[in-house]
Amino acid sequence: MGELAGLTISEARARLRKGEITAREITEDCLAEIEAAAPLGAFVEVTAEKALAMADAADARLAAEGEAAPAMCGIPVGIKDLFCVEGVRTQAASKILDNFRPPYESTVTARLWQDGAVMLGKLNMDEFAMGSSNETSHFGPAINPWRAEGDSRPLTPGGSSGGSAAAVAARLCLAATGTDTGGSIRQPAAFTGIVGLKPTYGRVSRWGIVAFASSLDQAGPMTRSVRDAAIMLQAMAGEDPRDSTSAPRPVPDFEAMLTGDIRGRRIGIPKEYRVEGMSAGIEALWQAGIDMLRDAGAEIVDISLPHTKYALPAYYVIAPAEASSNLARYDGVRYGHRAKLAPGEGIVEMYEKTRAEGFGDEVKRRVMIGTYVLSAGYYDAYYNRARKVRTLIRRDFEQAFASGIDAVLTPATPSTAFALGEKGQDDPVEMYLNDIFTVPVNLAGLPGISVPAGRDAKGLPLGLQLIGRPWEEGEMMNIALALEERAGFDGAPSPWWKG
Amino acid sequence: MLDLTFTEPAPRVIHGLEGDWEMVIGMEVHAQVSSKAKLFSGASTEFGAEPNSNVSFVDAAMPGMLPVINEFCVEQAVRTGLGLNARINLFSAFDRKNYFYPDLPQGYQISQLYHPIVGEGEVIVWMGEGTARRVRIERIHLEQDAGKSIHDMDPEYSFVDLNRTGVALMEIVSRPDIRSPEEAAAYVGKLRQIMRYLGTCDGNMQNGNLRADVNVSVCRPGDYEKYRETGDFSHLGTRCEIKNMNSMRFIQQAIEYEARRQIAILEDGGEVVQETRLYDPNKGETRSMRSKEEAHDYRYFPCPDLLPLELEAAWVEEIRASLPELPDAKKARFVRDYGITEYDAGVLTAEREAADFFEEVARGRDGKMAANWVINELFGRLNKEGRTIGESPVSAAQLGAILDLIRKGDISGKIAKDLFEIVWTEGGDPVRIVEERGMKQVTDSAAIEKVVDEIMAANPAQLEKAKANPKVAGWFVGQVMKATQGKANPQVVNEIVRRKLAG
Repeated sequence: MGELAGLTISEARARLRKGEITAREITEDCLAEIEAAAPLGAFVEVTAEKALAMADAADARLAAEGEAAPAMCGIPVGIKDLFCVEGVRTQAASKILDNFRPPYESTVTARLWQDGAVMLGKLNMDEFAMGSSNETSHFGPAINPWRAEGDSRPLTPGGSSGGSAAAVAARLCLAATGTDTGGSIRQPAAFTGIVGLKPTYGRVSRWGIVAFASSLDQAGPMTRSVRDAAIMLQAMAGEDPRDSTSAPRPVPDFEAMLTGDIRGRRIGIPKEYRVEGMSAGIEALWQAGIDMLRDAGAEIVDISLPHTKYALPAYYVIAPAEASSNLARYDGVRYGHRAKLAPGEGIVEMYEKTRAEGFGDEVKRRVMIGTYVLSAGYYDAYYNRARKVRTLIRRDFEQAFASGIDAVLTPATPSTAFALGEKGQDDPVEMYLNDIFTVPVNLAGLPGISVPAGRDAKGLPLGLQLIGRPWEEGEMMNIALALEERAGFDGAPSPWWKG
Repeated sequence: MLDLTFTEPAPRVIHGLEGDWEMVIGMEVHAQVSSKAKLFSGASTEFGAEPNSNVSFVDAAMPGMLPVINEFCVEQAVRTGLGLNARINLFSAFDRKNYFYPDLPQGYQISQLYHPIVGEGEVIVWMGEGTARRVRIERIHLEQDAGKSIHDMDPEYSFVDLNRTGVALMEIVSRPDIRSPEEAAAYVGKLRQIMRYLGTCDGNMQNGNLRADVNVSVCRPGDYEKYRETGDFSHLGTRCEIKNMNSMRFIQQAIEYEARRQIAILEDGGEVVQETRLYDPNKGETRSMRSKEEAHDYRYFPCPDLLPLELEAAWVEEIRASLPELPDAKKARFVRDYGITEYDAGVLTAEREAADFFEEVARGRDGKMAANWVINELFGRLNKEGRTIGESPVSAAQLGAILDLIRKGDISGKIAKDLFEIVWTEGGDPVRIVEERGMKQVTDSAAIEKVVDEIMAANPAQLEKAKANPKVAGWFVGQVMKATQGKANPQVVNEIVRRKLAG
C-alpha cells in the first residue's frame, strides 16, 4: 500500500500510458493513504466518489487516446481549499464560508479536470491563506509529516498551503495545487521537502480562487519533482478572459525545456539575503547550492538587491490593504455564516457579529491593518509609500536581470519547520519574518521555485529558492532541475502517522 | 459651422434681510450608460425584470469572482465625453470605494477616483434666445451602480434586489457654474438631450437612469466673480450636497429651499455646516442625512483586479468621427438653413428624432412653413395624445405631401388642417384623399367670380357698405368661402372681391 500514491506524475504517466496501472488503482491507493493519514489534518474534505468516477473516466480516455492523452490524465491531485470546485465545500479554511458550495469551477481546477486529472479532495490551509504555519485554519492545523530526529513534537508544514505540502510530502496524492501571495507555496514546500512553484503574476488565472491580495496572489503546483512541476504548471497556466490580470501570452512546453544543461547561465547571489540570525544550516545549504550550480556549469555572480529589507514591511501593508477590501464581501448577507441576531438588532449588528464570529484572529488582524493603512490621513504614509517600495523592489530585480543574470539563488526560508505553537504567539511579526525571502518575489511579480536541497542536523528538509526572469518559468525550472539532480534529496518522511 | 451667440444670464438673487445673496450650484449627474450588459459582468441591464434575475456571480460578489470591463461601456463614456467637448484621458484607472451596505455585495464600488476617463469639458445651457450659461465640466468617470434595498415589504426583514448592481454609470461632475434653480434643471436637461442624441443614456429619470446630486452654497454679490478670477473656493460659501434627485421639479424646489435655509442661518449669525442632505418632496424641505464628521471614509485604492484602461488615440478619433450632429450645431444650422427663429429651432432640435422628422419635411420645401406645421400641428397633436415622435401616425412624407398641396394651391391652409386630421386618424396618401374626396380648392377665377356675383346680387345693402368702406370686404370673402365649403382659393376670392368693389 502506498506504492502507487508515492509515484511522481511523470512515473505514473509512463505506467498509465503503457497500461501497467490504472488511474483507478492509483486513486484507490491515494484514498487509502489519505484515510490512514487523518492525524496529519492535510485534507479537510475527501471527495472519494468523485475521485473514483473521474479516475474511471480517465482510464477510458487513456485506453482511447494512449500516448496522446494529456500528461495529467489519471493523476490524482489534492486541491487547496482556496479553489472553488463546483458543488464541493469550499471554505478557504474559514468559518465565515461555512458549508459554502460554489456553483462554479475555478479556471485552474477546470483546466486540470479537462486534462483528466483526478480530484481527491480539498486541502487544509491557513484561513484565507493568511499565515505561515497552517495554524490559522478554522479546521485546525495540518501537521508536517516530517519530525525532527529524536523529537516527536508535531511540526508545522508551513503555510498557507500547509495541507497541500503535507499531503504531497506524505505521499497522499501525487501533487497538489497551492497559492502563493507572499510565499505560501514555496515556504511550505521547503518545510516538507517538496517542490513548490509560484509562477509569474498573470501566468495562471485567478478566476474562482478565493482572493486574498489580488495583486500578489498566484496559483502554482506543489509536486515531488521539478519535472512534475513543469507538467502540472503546463495544465494550469494560460490566458483567461475572465481574469483581466491573466497575461495574453502563449504557454511554452515547459517539460521540453528541462534539459538539465545550464552551462553558461549566470546565477545571481544577492548579498541582502544574508540576514542576521540565519541558521548555520541554511547558510551551509545556500553555499552548497551555489557549488552545485557552479558544478553544473553556471557562472555565479554576486549581486545587490538594495531594497530587499523594505519588502516585508511593504508586503504587510499592501497585502492587508487589498485583503481588507477583498474580504468585505463576507458579510453574512448572501452565503456562508450569518450570526444569529437578538430582537431589535439590525444590519450593523449583523455585519459586526457575523464577521466577529466568522473570522479568526489573524484574518481580523490583517483586515484591521488593511483598513488602517487605507484610511484618510494614513493612505500616503503607508499604502502609497508601500507601493513606491514595491516599484523599487521590482526595479532591483529588473536591473539584475538587465545585467545578464538569468536567475537568482536564495534560501527559501530563514529556518526549517518549527513546532506548532512555537512562533507568533506573542508577536505576529515573528511569524511574518518567515516570508522574508519569498515576499520580494511576489512584490516584483516574478516566478519563484523552492527546491528541496538538503536536510538540517535534525534531518528536517531544507529548500533553496530560485527566482526567474518574468515569464521564464521554463528556464527557471531547468536551473532547478540541475539543482535537484545534484542535491539528490532523499524524499520520503517516515510514515509515523500509520503507526 | 455657425455658432449661435449668447450672453450669460444674471445669477438668481435672493433679497435677504441683510442684503442680497446669490446662489452657487455644482452638480454630479449620474447617467446610466445605455448598454445591454453591465460594466463588469455579462448580466443584462433590462429594466423591470423580476427581482434578482439579472445577477451574475460577479454581481453577487461570489468568492473568487473577478470583474472584466465591458468595452462598449468605455466607448459610450468616450462618446459622451466627446459630446461634451471634453478631453478624453487615454490613460484611466479604476479604484475601489469601500463601504458596507447590503445592496453593495462586494463591499466596494468600482469607480474612478484618481484617473477618470474624461477630463474637462463644457456645456452651453440655453436659458432663452441669445441667453445661455456656459457650465464647465470637471470630469466624467465610469462606475458601478448599487442594488436596491427595500425596507417596507416586511416588518422584520429588508429585501435586496441586485438587478441594478454593477450597471454602468457615468458620473458627470460640473464646476460650480450654475447660478439658479432654473439653470440647474436646464443643465440636467441639456446633458440629457446631448446623451440622447449620442445614444449613450436614455435619460429616463423616472426609472432612475438619470439622477443628480446637487451642491448648493450662497455668497454675496461679487464673491463668485472673485472665485472665478482666482479659482479660490474660499470666496464661496460652505456647500451642502443634496443627494440622489430624479426629477427636474424637485431639483429646483430643493435648491430654492436649500439656498433660503442657508441664508436664514447666515443672517441669524450662524454657520452653514458642510453635510449631505436629502430632499423630502412631500414636505418641500431638505434634511440632514449625515454631517462631514459622520462622512464615510471610503478608503479608495486602485482596484487590483483591473488593469488600467489605455485607449488608442486612433480609436477615440474613430468615435469622434462617428458622432452625430449635436443639438447646438443642429439648432444653429436650422436657423441658418431654414430661416426659422432660434426659438423654433430649439423646439425642433429638442429630440434628435423630431429634428430628423422636421428635416425630412422641410427638405425642398419652405422651412418656416414646415416648422410651423411640425411644431403647431404635429407636436401639438402628439403632446395632446401623449405620443412620441416615433409613434406619430402621420409620417414626414405624408406631412410633406400636405405641404406640397398647400404650396401648389390645391388646398387652402384650412382644408390642409382637415386633411391632416384625416391622415392622422385614417392614414393614406394625402394627394389621393384630396382627389377622392373633392377637397381640391377652386382656383378657377370664372367659377369663383360667378359665386361672388351671386352673393353681391343677393346682398345689395352690404355691397353699398363695402364700397364705402373697404374693410367690410372681408364679409364677402367669408360668404364666398362658406358657399364653396372652403374650397375656393382665398387669395383668388380676395382679389375678385376687391376688384368688384373697386369697379
